[in-house]
Amino acid sequence: MARAVSTRTRLTFTVIGWLVGFVIFFPILWTVLTSFKSEGAAIATPPQFLFFEWTAENYVEVNSRSDYLKHFMNSVVISLGSTLLGLLIAIPAAWAMAFAPTKRTKDVLLWMLSTKMLPAVGVLVPIYLLFRDAGLLDTRIGLVLVLTMANLPIIVWMLYTYFREIPGDILEAARMDGASLAKEIIYVLTPMAVPGIASTLLLNIILAWNEAFWTLNLTAAKAAPLTAFIASYSSPEGLFWAKLSAASTLAIAPILIMGWFSQRQLVRGLTFGAVK
Amino acid sequence: MGEIRLEKVHKAFGSTVVIPEIDLEIADNEFVVFVGPSGCGKSTLLRLIAGLEDTTSGRILIDGEDMTARSPAKRGLSMVFQSYALYPHMSVYKNIAFPLKMAGADKAAIDEKVRNAARILNLTDYLDRRPGQLSGGQRQRVAIGRAIVREPKAFLFDEPLSNLDAALRGSMRLEISELHHQLNTTMIYVTHDQVEAMTMADKIVVLNAGRIEQVGSPLELYRSPRNLFVAGFIGSPRMNLVQGIEAEKMGAATIGVRPEHLQLSTESGHWKGRVGVAEHLGSDTFLHVDIDGIGQLTARADGEFALRHGETVYLTPSPERLHRFDDAGNALS
Repeated sequence: MARAVSTRTRLTFTVIGWLVGFVIFFPILWTVLTSFKSEGAAIATPPQFLFFEWTAENYVEVNSRSDYLKHFMNSVVISLGSTLLGLLIAIPAAWAMAFAPTKRTKDVLLWMLSTKMLPAVGVLVPIYLLFRDAGLLDTRIGLVLVLTMANLPIIVWMLYTYFREIPGDILEAARMDGASLAKEIIYVLTPMAVPGIASTLLLNIILAWNEAFWTLNLTAAKAAPLTAFIASYSSPEGLFWAKLSAASTLAIAPILIMGWFSQRQLVRGLTFGAVK
Repeated sequence: MGEIRLEKVHKAFGSTVVIPEIDLEIADNEFVVFVGPSGCGKSTLLRLIAGLEDTTSGRILIDGEDMTARSPAKRGLSMVFQSYALYPHMSVYKNIAFPLKMAGADKAAIDEKVRNAARILNLTDYLDRRPGQLSGGQRQRVAIGRAIVREPKAFLFDEPLSNLDAALRGSMRLEISELHHQLNTTMIYVTHDQVEAMTMADKIVVLNAGRIEQVGSPLELYRSPRNLFVAGFIGSPRMNLVQGIEAEKMGAATIGVRPEHLQLSTESGHWKGRVGVAEHLGSDTFLHVDIDGIGQLTARADGEFALRHGETVYLTPSPERLHRFDDAGNALS
């Protein structure tokens, strides 16, 4: 029997839901608003919410001072590259763990995840030295590699969870039908796991897009993505809140738009298996 | 051809032995049913034949060729799974065509075979649908269609009807039996349902704890069970088993008599008892009779037989239909 919920309870929960949503969204809203203020209005007390002189000068200034498109392209290449490379490695790995598990599979998964518990700065020096010696500093390929490694445990975990939901019988049927291992993965497993793979892909693009530690420490100018573009507007000449906000808005806009259009896919993928 | 021979096949998962050692011969075109209680190793045995599990030791020969180390696809067998195992993202047409596509057949040949299989299985109208849009029985037919198009040496069925309701199970049972006659191919069928085994099989293999208890035709197993396990497993309702003084009087540790081989009388007979529960099936009535010193026995009466709870009834076993077993549970000649 469906649980009876009164209109009043429903209303209360709706209001609470909107409030929580607003609180979470507020920093982004404030950044966007600030990007349209003059530097004076940006630091005014009390803060001005909507009634200020709107201006687009920060965007003009930011675009004249730095090459947004170059940073944008770097972000695209690095986040897409690291996610696709990660999927290429993680799909077979997750297949093995989900469909041919051993006594140690859980340990391996936990061990992989444990690498995410280590503060990244703990391995900064060795990675930096390795990158320097291999000539990978400030290169897109270097960042693709490091972000693949950083996000691989999450990709494997997510895919493993989705694959576990796929009945083993179906893969065995494919085997009986003459499918080789590669064909079994290409024709049967992957199409069945599309919602899971898509949400893994989206989530990892977002993670890689927003990653700031490695992208700031391993790049200078050539391969610097949008995170470095934002960072270049902080500190040295004092804080310019309005310009920093304009840079931030420009940096998060693409991923926000992508997230907005793919939210159904993301939610479906993230709740895959939980609701049948 | 589809002759299958198992030679000293042994299977263990780590230290757990599932199949101690089995020798079995399955002739070409034979319909063989593996039957036994849950966990008896019947599905494992089928999966060993299919190649989905590796044997720990022993050999599996198909048409005289050693297939023990061959991959499932190279054994020339088709399997129908309990869960149907259809590809949910493919249409019925693509599901049936999949094995042919994997074998690299050309489009025209695929189309001809798929349509032919669909015609045999009454699936022509559903070729464009996805498995999710089909009923249980239709899904099972698609799974069979996928098995047919490969023209295998033998079909392997792993409890294919257990997800269907009782009525559908009955009609699918008939369809599979008809298909066997139509295709004239070896079929190995795993079930825990002895009614399926009795009605479909040319030969039944009764399994218990990974061992073969008896191999024979349905009527052989019914008439001459080799031991207590087979006696208790084959036949519905179960055979009545009596131990103690009554059995000793007949020179056995246990005697067995089927419900249909007990004569009923309201006046006289071998054992006197009181009617407990009476199950009226229309054509038959099964009486559960409490007898002092023996316990409860089940007897079959005709559908019109009317005795009420607590009334006295006499049961007499037909001597020529009486089964006698020794201390170890083996049948005495």
